[in-house]
Amino acid sequence: MTQTDPVKEHMLYFTKWKAALVLLVCALGVIYAAPNFLPSGTFPTEASYLPGKQINLGLDLRGGSHMLLEVDTDSVLRERYDALADTIRTDLRQEQIRNRPREATANGAEITILKPEDVEKAREIARAAEPNTELSGEGNNIHVTYNAVARKELIDRAIAQSLEVVRRRVDELGTTEPSIQRQGENRIVVQVPGLDDPSRLRAILGRTAKMNFHLVNNEKTAAEARATGLPPGTMILPAADASDKAAGIREYLIDRRIVVSGDNLVDSQPTFSDGRPVVSFRFDAAGGARFGDVTSKNAGRGLAIVLDGEVISAPRINEPILGGNGIITGQFSVQEANDLSLLLRAGALPAPMQILEERSVGPGLGQDSVEAGEIAAVLGLVFVIAFMVISYGRFGIYADIALMMNLILVLAVMSVLQATLTLPGIAGIVLTVGMAVDANVLIFERIREERRNGRTIINSIDAGYRSAMSTILDANITTLIAALVLFSFGSGPIKGFAVTLAIGIITSMFSAIWLTRLMISVWVKRSRPTELVL
Amino acid sequence: MKPLHLIPDDVNIPFLKFRKIFYIVSMALVLASAALFATKGLNFGIDFRGGILVEIKTEGPADISGLRDKLGSLGLGDVSIQEFGAADDVLIQLQRQDGDEKAQMAALAKVTEALGENVTIRRSELVGPKVGDELKEAGFYSVVISLLLIMIYIWFRFEWQFAVASVVALLHDVVITVGFFVITGVQFDLATLAAVLTVAGYSINDTVVVFDRIREYLRKFRKMEIPDLLDLSINSTLSRTTMTSFTTLLALIALFAFGGEAIRGFTMALIFGIVIGTYSSICVASPLLIVLRLKRKIPEAEEGQEAKA
Repeated sequence: MTQTDPVKEHMLYFTKWKAALVLLVCALGVIYAAPNFLPSGTFPTEASYLPGKQINLGLDLRGGSHMLLEVDTDSVLRERYDALADTIRTDLRQEQIRNRPREATANGAEITILKPEDVEKAREIARAAEPNTELSGEGNNIHVTYNAVARKELIDRAIAQSLEVVRRRVDELGTTEPSIQRQGENRIVVQVPGLDDPSRLRAILGRTAKMNFHLVNNEKTAAEARATGLPPGTMILPAADASDKAAGIREYLIDRRIVVSGDNLVDSQPTFSDGRPVVSFRFDAAGGARFGDVTSKNAGRGLAIVLDGEVISAPRINEPILGGNGIITGQFSVQEANDLSLLLRAGALPAPMQILEERSVGPGLGQDSVEAGEIAAVLGLVFVIAFMVISYGRFGIYADIALMMNLILVLAVMSVLQATLTLPGIAGIVLTVGMAVDANVLIFERIREERRNGRTIINSIDAGYRSAMSTILDANITTLIAALVLFSFGSGPIKGFAVTLAIGIITSMFSAIWLTRLMISVWVKRSRPTELVL
Repeated sequence: MKPLHLIPDDVNIPFLKFRKIFYIVSMALVLASAALFATKGLNFGIDFRGGILVEIKTEGPADISGLRDKLGSLGLGDVSIQEFGAADDVLIQLQRQDGDEKAQMAALAKVTEALGENVTIRRSELVGPKVGDELKEAGFYSVVISLLLIMIYIWFRFEWQFAVASVVALLHDVVITVGFFVITGVQFDLATLAAVLTVAGYSINDTVVVFDRIREYLRKFRKMEIPDLLDLSINSTLSRTTMTSFTTLLALIALFAFGGEAIRGFTMALIFGIVIGTYSSICVASPLLIVLRLKRKIPEAEEGQEAKA
């Protein structure tokens, strides 16, 4: 050792400002952790750096629902390519180029040109039809796709719209602090704390709620069309569960053309008609005008109300409906009528969504978990504290104080960062209780050894801290690596475990090394021990 | 009062003398675990398999066989029904349904309908096939990446023999912990995977402490035979090794007994892993250094520096 200044080199020597710094960190820890032990709302919480915030409990502890949804972006592209093919075909018709459409896929619009001599010109027309497209295809086939930028824009817009619609739907449930976020390219995470019945959330998120009005075909019934072939411009749709199946109708033959679109809806409410739950709706001016027009011209025909590809009802048009108001009848329960009007109010999703994952915890279980976690943490703490005192006497008490300080620091850091505490997170804290004393065990064991080797008390303590340092660092960094990997790969609850473990490891290095050293240093200075009971 | 010394101060166990026995025991455990893993396989939870889990609370003790009949007749494939921590608490699990995400949703709806109004649904989880596969992949990568990172760190801090020995010990612990899951049939889900990774971190932590001491003694006792030096290192860190394992176990036992049913599998994995990790850092990692022919190779120049430092 190059002996520059023996006193200042000594591990037990604390400059005033260093000691003050250690105490300051402890004080800050206590202040920032304190709100967690007081009723919530004791402090105003506007400023993010001020103490007053409590730890964020995860859904598994406070109860609530987590849903991972995937937006079917393929269907967005398919629809757009369908429209693109229509545009191109209109242009081709103007130039009298005969062509045949092919089924649009998410991979592009495809058109077959019937006469080979037209192909060159048709290609030019297709190229000019819309910007940001790319042309390919061999022989008579023309294949048009959007370029990557345009595709991304389309998808981004669809997701943004979906987020908005999902937010409106969830807000209708009236829960507090729902969180709705995009994840990755085409996914949406919905977290709704404190929800008693996740099936309601499931019901309103699982539906696209695209509602359109079509005229029922008056030439044939669906059954006849199945037997003799579809008339041009028609399609067969199934009757919905909630429709009037009493009439024995399972399928409807309807015109493809949408006469009024659900986009024109401005309001919808559940109500009653003849004592049965029904859903009322109101169109905007344009929709109302079109609705009046259609109902005037088609008296006697059926008007099919199509929701997500199923016919809810197809009442006969008896008289023109001019006010832009109407009602949907069907075999609804009160709940279903409520849900349908909610969906119509919140608007349709631009594309269907699927629920990929759902995790819901009832409030009772969350509360039980918190209580169980608290008992386990306190008992674990008591066991470890007792054992440290039995094993290391006075030094054990110092280590125990550091241990409790460590817990306070973990709570404080989590409150400041607004990290989420989950059930595995509580396990992480309990595990930290066991592992946090490791640094002190390493130091104290080393001090014992140095004493046995005949060093003085002060030298032993000094050597104990000094030589344990690199070991403590190595040991903690390896655990930290595992925690960080867990954090980046894990989902919800597991992230919570990684967070508490990582924070616990870092704060324990402070409390177990610096705080115990300060305490021991004060003790040595005050009582000048001649004997070390360790 | 004289503090308790868990390990006597003058402990001197000739661990290296028994190393052949340790090798055989460890080898047998590892091979058995691997064989069980290959034949019987892990009891994957719905996180990785996809499927449905519903925890319910019934009024009064649950009628398990009645529930089994009721849910078994829904035609949803394997339905597992078990008591969960209390007589009125039941855990229902359904295998992943054929078909896509919608099929899972429909099955969950059927189950909740069949359960009726008289039970409280405490928790319901549904993992679709897509997410199940993704979680499995992410889980696999997280294990591989943390092992690699830990290995790189150790390699960076120690000679290569130490890195290899510690990683072998680590793999030993991970494999045997997985074997423990196969034997007990405890469900392997995201939480237990996290436990396995924590065991990995803990195991290496334990090993590093012993290795640090070996490195120190290699410089200090230049004449000592390597096996004696290893024994001395293990013995002088033995008190710390057992103390830390003991305090960690104390905390974990509290968690196991009182932390609730939901994290019991997770805690069990940690407890087992820590016992195995402690064994391996004493009985596997250090003796392996002999197999790897650890030598003193401090060049003269560096030696001069060491003396000054």
